[in-house]
Amino acid sequence: MLAYVAKRVLYMIPTLFGMSLIAFMIIQLPPGDYLTSLLSTMADGGQNLDEATIARLRTQYGLDQPVHVQYFVWIGGILTRGDFGYSFEWNQPVSTLIWDRMGSTLLISLASLLMVWAISLPIGIYSAVRRHSFGDHAFTLLGFIGLAVPNFIMALTLMYASYRFLGQSVGGIFSPAFVDAPWSLAKLTDMLSHMWIPVIVIAMSGTAAMIRILRANLSDELSKPYVITARAKGLPEHKVILKYPVRIALNPFVSSIGWVLPDLVSGVTITAIVLNLPTAGPLLLRALVGQDMYLAGSFILLMGVLTLVGMLISDILLAVLDPRIRFN
Amino acid sequence: MMKPNALLSVRNLSIDFHLRTHVLHAVRDVTFDLKRGKTMALVGESGSGKSVTARGLMRIIDKPGRMTGGQILLDGPDGPVDVAQFKEGSREVLGIRGGRIGLIFQEPMSSLSPVHTIGSQIVEAVRLHKRVSKKEARVRCIELLRQVEIPQPELMTDRYTFEFSGGMRQRAMIAMALACDPEVLIADEPTTALDVTTQAEILDLIKRLQDERGMAMLLITHDMGIVAEVADEVAVMRFGKIVEQGPVDDIFHASRHPYTRQLLDATVKLESGAAGRALPASLAPTVAPVLSIRNLTKIYGAPSRMFSRGSGRGLVAVDDANLDLFPGENLGIVGESGSGKTTLGRMILRIVEPTSGSVTYRADEAASPVDVTTLGKADLRRYHQDVRLIFQDPFASLNPRMTVKQIIGDPLVISKAMSGRAVEARVAELLGKVGLDPLAMERYPHAFSGGQRQRIGIARALALNPKVIVADEATSALDVSIRSQILDLLLDIQKQLHLSFVFISHDISVVRYFCDRVAVMHRGKVVEVGDAESIRTNPSQPYTKRLISSVPNPDPRNKRMLHRLRADQV
Repeated sequence: MLAYVAKRVLYMIPTLFGMSLIAFMIIQLPPGDYLTSLLSTMADGGQNLDEATIARLRTQYGLDQPVHVQYFVWIGGILTRGDFGYSFEWNQPVSTLIWDRMGSTLLISLASLLMVWAISLPIGIYSAVRRHSFGDHAFTLLGFIGLAVPNFIMALTLMYASYRFLGQSVGGIFSPAFVDAPWSLAKLTDMLSHMWIPVIVIAMSGTAAMIRILRANLSDELSKPYVITARAKGLPEHKVILKYPVRIALNPFVSSIGWVLPDLVSGVTITAIVLNLPTAGPLLLRALVGQDMYLAGSFILLMGVLTLVGMLISDILLAVLDPRIRFN
Repeated sequence: MMKPNALLSVRNLSIDFHLRTHVLHAVRDVTFDLKRGKTMALVGESGSGKSVTARGLMRIIDKPGRMTGGQILLDGPDGPVDVAQFKEGSREVLGIRGGRIGLIFQEPMSSLSPVHTIGSQIVEAVRLHKRVSKKEARVRCIELLRQVEIPQPELMTDRYTFEFSGGMRQRAMIAMALACDPEVLIADEPTTALDVTTQAEILDLIKRLQDERGMAMLLITHDMGIVAEVADEVAVMRFGKIVEQGPVDDIFHASRHPYTRQLLDATVKLESGAAGRALPASLAPTVAPVLSIRNLTKIYGAPSRMFSRGSGRGLVAVDDANLDLFPGENLGIVGESGSGKTTLGRMILRIVEPTSGSVTYRADEAASPVDVTTLGKADLRRYHQDVRLIFQDPFASLNPRMTVKQIIGDPLVISKAMSGRAVEARVAELLGKVGLDPLAMERYPHAFSGGQRQRIGIARALALNPKVIVADEATSALDVSIRSQILDLLLDIQKQLHLSFVFISHDISVVRYFCDRVAVMHRGKVVEVGDAESIRTNPSQPYTKRLISSVPNPDPRNKRMLHRLRADQV
């Protein structure tokens, strides 16, 4: 088991290297650099910089160096000092910016993931065991609605409802009064009252998909001979189902961590913008638009790392859950 | 009202399945008794309602099945209780399942959970019915594993099912069924998926445990040989009804119902060899073989570190095989699973590339021999028109989205031999040849039974007028009566078309019936080749002796397995 984990971690190293290369290439792809986009913004505002200043800035930011030198400066900083570079636009180190955002991103992601599981597990089991019952059809209908409604529409609707009928301040994860306040019980309550909207919106489509997956998998497993074996032992029906077929149908649940993590971080950018959430998605979007290369690159790299970590976690959990994987 | 020594009395049991379009009476008015220490065999073909009856006794009936009437009287210290009266899933029924009635069934590969250890599954069964601590249950589990002759039970209890072979899993399954000392054991086709030698061992084991514990046993099988070897009483089931029941000797030697006789005849016929089939004249030494296999070897997994087993040179599936197939001859290849017989068959067609050795093909006497192993793509395609394959699984080997006409005509279209009307005429002719109505060619495979599908598969193999047919377990998935029909059909076609067959099977009686010569394979090696009759009556190799003596004999007066040779005796 330990060797298995070690092997997986070892395999991650070349993948990470490749990922950092691609991340850096992506941010180099658009023509121009941060200065050209800065200049055009300033030109729009009627400002102009003289040639000497531009050249000085270019040298200062290291933009006059060849691409591969820029890459090694960047990756070297990350590896040796944990320094992800400097955000031109925000005039702050990238790491400060990212860690700020990552906390809230992870918080919302994990809450959504837990909600996906908490809702889809019982409903999925119910739907598989009572297939073609009224309840199954009802959940199926709800599930398809959940899959079909775009997230941002749902976000807008919930925001409206919560403002109109509950009188809450909406958007963000804190009320304006609490944003800079130190942590307290009141702040926590305030956060929870804000969190439910993004969590529901983000979890919705994931839940619907997961219910369908679990229902299909479990339906297959329910007719397997080992279920009859368990019944023939004299095990009560609910224990039969929870202990044997559900256990095996859980594999896709665990695998889902791998893709849910990066998806939650980056995939809900539109929702995050609509809801004004201080998560990573909107920041990445702005960095890409403004060609704030170190910020964007670091974000893309981090997203890759998250994907890998998610895959690793799900692989390890799978191995714990299913001995057949452990032994291969 | 109950006979004194009947432990379980089933009276007028009926089970219906409410399907979308109609009600299927799966079990109708079934009545029988199980007695302590005795074995009752429930015999019938697939779909006759045997398994549903057995599971009905434990009140495990899949939806949409429902018990519609009858009594299941289980004798106890306080007089008989009627299991049919209780609600499904009630405490009484749960106590009887596993506690008083144990169940083992066919699929040793999938009847145990793959994600729990063997031990934990048995311990669970023990603790469901006995108030014991986990530790005591574990001790009991190890003791059970020892009783079913699993070596090193202390170690094996913490292993997972996929680390066990098929026979071992069935042993573990038996241990689980016996965990709480049930009075009744239901064995539903317990050995159908196993090799003959393993089957003999498992049947021995079940018999021994039954004698030790005095259990009543309900044995469900389609194999009359097994019935003759182990049953005391027999009930023959057809279309959900018991058509005849009685002591085993009466059933075998004085059966009254025509269906019983039909079942027996089909079995005995296979036992006796194709009557009156003269050896083809081509077996004379002057005739050149149509296929010659020389030093054919297949090693799976090159000698790399990852796949090596034991010797460090890969898994040797076929080891230096030499065989000849003469024109008009039926050559049987028998062996247990993993003996390399399927790999050998596929190498003949070069579906699997041989590691070394040669396959030489001679289309007819005059033609010059070609080495199949070096053929180019175009030549190989021509070779595949002459040498064709019939598969085992009549359900999986026909594309469900193609009509019968498309399926059978496909080889004709691919080889560009015919098109349009000509294909249709040829398909009609072929369907007639395999005994199907040519009008059925527009239908899809799902409309046909297993036996009919196998006929379609045969028609497809015949489409291009082949010289040689490789039949890989072509009758294994079929019921006995259909099996002999298919074999007779193949023999008939052979006579008409002067074909040669390579007939691969684990079922020795089938091979004996169908083949002129038999090659016995064991662990990748061809251990013995000889004519079918002498292999059967006078095998020279120890492995062949063991194999032949493990085949159940369908005659209760002459039980063979009791005197069989075991691995440690040869």
